[in-house]
Amino acid sequence: MTDLVTVPPPTMLRRIGSLRPTPVDGDALVDRLRLTAVSAGYALAMAPALALAILSILCIPLGLVMVGFALAFAVVPATAALTAVHRRVSGALLGERIPAAYADASGTNLLTRPVRWLTDKARWRDVAFLWFSSTGGFVMSVLVVGMLVSPFIHLGGAIVDGGVWWWILVLLDGPLLVAWWCATPALVRGRAVAERNILGHSRVERLEQRVSEVTESRAETLDHSAAEVRRIERDLHDGAQARIAAVGMNVGLAEKLIQSDPTAAAELLREARETTITALEDLRSVVRGIHPPALADRGLTGGIEALALPLPLPVTVSLAVPPGLPAPVESAAYFAVAECLANTAKHASATRAWVTGAHTEGVLRLVVGDDGRGGADPEGSGLAGVAKRLAAFDGTLVVASPPGGPTVVTMEVPCPNP
Amino acid sequence: MPEPLRAVVAEDQALLRVGLTRILEASGFTVVDAVDNAPSLTRALASPEVDVAVVDVRMPPTHSTEGLVAAIEARRARPGFPVLVLSQYVEPLYARELLASGEGSVGYLLKDRVADVDGFVASVRQVADGGTVLDPEVVAGLVAGAGREQPLERLTPREREVLTLMAEGRSNAAIAARLFVTEKAVGKHTNAIFTKLDLPPASDDNRRVLAVLAWLDGAG
Repeated sequence: MTDLVTVPPPTMLRRIGSLRPTPVDGDALVDRLRLTAVSAGYALAMAPALALAILSILCIPLGLVMVGFALAFAVVPATAALTAVHRRVSGALLGERIPAAYADASGTNLLTRPVRWLTDKARWRDVAFLWFSSTGGFVMSVLVVGMLVSPFIHLGGAIVDGGVWWWILVLLDGPLLVAWWCATPALVRGRAVAERNILGHSRVERLEQRVSEVTESRAETLDHSAAEVRRIERDLHDGAQARIAAVGMNVGLAEKLIQSDPTAAAELLREARETTITALEDLRSVVRGIHPPALADRGLTGGIEALALPLPLPVTVSLAVPPGLPAPVESAAYFAVAECLANTAKHASATRAWVTGAHTEGVLRLVVGDDGRGGADPEGSGLAGVAKRLAAFDGTLVVASPPGGPTVVTMEVPCPNP
Repeated sequence: MPEPLRAVVAEDQALLRVGLTRILEASGFTVVDAVDNAPSLTRALASPEVDVAVVDVRMPPTHSTEGLVAAIEARRARPGFPVLVLSQYVEPLYARELLASGEGSVGYLLKDRVADVDGFVASVRQVADGGTVLDPEVVAGLVAGAGREQPLERLTPREREVLTLMAEGRSNAAIAARLFVTEKAVGKHTNAIFTKLDLPPASDDNRRVLAVLAWLDGAG
């Protein structure tokens, strides 16, 4: 069985906690030292940022004599690389993701690509960032490092040189260190927020992106529901309805033959009885496809346990999901797990499978795994359908299925605590 | 003894195909072909050795209305070729498409009706004889929606009742028995219906179809 451990971000870059100066303890000291180290990194990044900032501006007049085009091919990707590092660092410090949203430059050639860059707001935000990083941002970061480092320099100077001015500076170091203690988290956070605001999407762009996501997921949801309704209609038409009609025919014919050929009539009636049984089975399977009784009676946990029982391989179900999640989310989660387990049983050649799940911090997270041969295709119709259904709830589905296995499907759906 | 009628059964679901074949054979028909898809149906209907076809609306390959379409095509190639269409749902729209050519020899019934074996067999014979048989469900649906239709508003309630039974494919004698009146009285009603719906004089069978069509079209 694979251990399912969520990897925390590197310690250096974990989220900035409290901005308050208390408590004064070892942990708080370590945290401030960490943030000071990060600030040193920020400050050092000023050198490439300033160079790129100047070169970026030069690109435009030089573009008139074509040199700028060549320069752009060096400067723009280098800027993107630098901002990528800052996005990651500042994003981690803020505990959020700062997405890069460059305009698509595929299909451009050597001449049109710089033009695409020139018209891309995200590239201009990169340039704005370069200037911030080499001016105001640099000051913020140097301040943090300076407040910690200068007392040591002053003390060193006082001991080596012994001059009275050194000692006066040493006396001022007390307040300086207090300032460092109090201001460091706020300064680092301030810089990270500024970087996010420069590099991240603007509010309008975020909303635009959100609207387009919602539009897409709504269309997919409607497609999915229409397909479901069609499937149910087909199942009824080809199953129970046809069988009941056949029962009618058999009974009708038996009625006609009962005097002339009682043996044939009895045989027809026996067939009719058997057909009623299959008709009921058909109806039950249609009902299971709409809203499974176990899910209705026992909630998500019971539903998934019931799902696992008839599978031809042992399935360990370990769920810590509170009852009373919104019914549509429960239903989507149930059918998502059902699809994953059905894939496992059909394709994985697995000897065992497991379902784990929990509802923490407003997110329902379900993991379905098996020890089979892997190679599951996330674009396959089944899993893609599940992903679309989850997308309607802003949920995600991630498939990890290297050839040779194991396969682990992780589904996350944000939903409020019941 | 007259020659047995030669029938083709088209139904994609094996249970029902077998059931229909059994019923027809037990009732003196010869089932010359039982097919489960529209292309085979079209091939089977190309043979002149077929007197009547019993066809399911929905069949492979697309599971929409290929049975209906194949039946209409067959009737285009052989005008007046008798076809009884069966379905799990009745759609007045499909009934209208079937009747649109204005010829008789056509029926449209719910599959439920097959359970009444004698009634079903009588319907098949009626269609083979040039009659028109519409399922009471189709007719009921049309009666419910008939209020807004001008020409039909001219009919008295009794005449509407007679038209309903005519649409179900009943003869004047059968209608008379059903309504507990004389056959002569029914004849009077049917003539009144033909007049009120402005149907030109023609053979009685054809006018009966036209009356039903008028109803389906709601135009007159």
